[in-house]
Amino acid sequence: MIEIKDINKSFGENHVLKGISGKFEAGVTNLIIGGSGSGKTTLLKCMIGLHQPEEGSVQYDGREFTTMNFEERIEIRKEIGMLFQGSALFDSMTVEENIMFPLNMFTEQSTKEKLERVNFCLERVNLEGKNKLFPAELSGGMKKRVGIARAIAMNPKYLFVDEPNSGLDPKTSIVIDELIKELTEEYNTTTIVVTHDMNSVMGIGDYILFLHEGKKFWEGSNKEIAHTDIQELNDFVFASRFMKAAKGKF
Amino acid sequence: MNFTNFGKYLLLLKAVFRRPEKFRIYLKAIFKQMDFIGVGSLGLIAITFIGAVMTLQIAFQLVSDLIPKTIIGSVNRDSTILELSPTISAIVLAGKIGSAISSEIGTMRVSEQIDALEIMGINSPGYLIMPKIIAGITMVPLLVIVSMFLSISGGYLGGTLSGAVTPSEYIQGITTDFNPYTITVSLVKAFVFGFIITSVPAYEGFYVKGGALEVAQASTRAVVVSCISILACDYIVTQLLL
Repeated sequence: MIEIKDINKSFGENHVLKGISGKFEAGVTNLIIGGSGSGKTTLLKCMIGLHQPEEGSVQYDGREFTTMNFEERIEIRKEIGMLFQGSALFDSMTVEENIMFPLNMFTEQSTKEKLERVNFCLERVNLEGKNKLFPAELSGGMKKRVGIARAIAMNPKYLFVDEPNSGLDPKTSIVIDELIKELTEEYNTTTIVVTHDMNSVMGIGDYILFLHEGKKFWEGSNKEIAHTDIQELNDFVFASRFMKAAKGKF
Repeated sequence: MNFTNFGKYLLLLKAVFRRPEKFRIYLKAIFKQMDFIGVGSLGLIAITFIGAVMTLQIAFQLVSDLIPKTIIGSVNRDSTILELSPTISAIVLAGKIGSAISSEIGTMRVSEQIDALEIMGINSPGYLIMPKIIAGITMVPLLVIVSMFLSISGGYLGGTLSGAVTPSEYIQGITTDFNPYTITVSLVKAFVFGFIITSVPAYEGFYVKGGALEVAQASTRAVVVSCISILACDYIVTQLLL
């Protein structure tokens, strides 16, 4: 479980996060949603230590992360897997080398064992046999799946996913969403997905935290999100014509 | 580089030299960088036949019956060893290696690959920059030694083919009153320049913000700052050691 309390973050005069708190349980898909500029990615970066919040705490199963020194953070980060918006695969490495990279760095496994783990991860994301391809040879959806394979290579306790569906067609988006949900339930990971995609929200949002202008406006599940009286949330949820047409059918 | 940047540069260097996560992986990266910086730059060093030009210019300036022509060889030797080989090689290498390092690390920064390393629990400055610096401080002195040899040999060829100096005069010139300490000074310079050529562009690339345009700007800045730093350190090392 990850718990955040009263997170505040500013960039100069711009107060981006204003006292955000929330609890993200293991084994369920936790979503942070909100419009562009609402502070979703900044919150995610504060949680993983890429940004240092001015105030507040981030606890990984009771372990306070914000006050940890470099070496202590490294230990927590070994338990974290992350899929980046642009996949962030290492260009100069093949798919196999990308997935094997954390195993090479942090385990003493033999090459055979590491290769078995790579093949297992690739199989898990339906990319068997793509070991020797370079990131430049992959489609957007394949890159995301390799990113997921790399993120789960070390069996992470915590999985962070930043905009998993950006730039993907609706069908591939559903495949990625379902893969994230399956992995979360299968390995009981604490998964946090940052998104503004309503398909993801309605499809996999077990716990949803809605941000608006840097504040937490609402929290709940995908079953509850379409039945609130909060104007800002309704404006976000029913922004598209499709969602407007489907209103009342949830 | 203003004082804030210099402070950030020092802090980055501190992070670079943290204990590696796995020495074997770093060693592999060091050899890869040695190949890129050392072997990959041999051709570039080979074409800097500055010695031939030097011989002709010295011969042009020393037109006097009172000055023996062997001086041409000895002046060329000392100039090459003390100044031309380390400094010209470093400036040429700053263009090739510096821009490559800066754009490689800068692209990794803007495409979130450095963030990915951090999230995995890897000390990204150490993993990305330390192998480059170690390769720089070991390979640049070796390249400078090659450059010295080629430059002095080039002086022989240029001087004798043009008739500015006879082979025996030139050989006598380069072997007379040779002070081995000049080699030490030259290698100290090469060591310092190797450090600058790799660490300054790595700093510029590591802190890039934005996209392709900013990466290109950082690459240009890396080469310019490296060249200025090389010239400044050239003076300081010369002042300290001679």
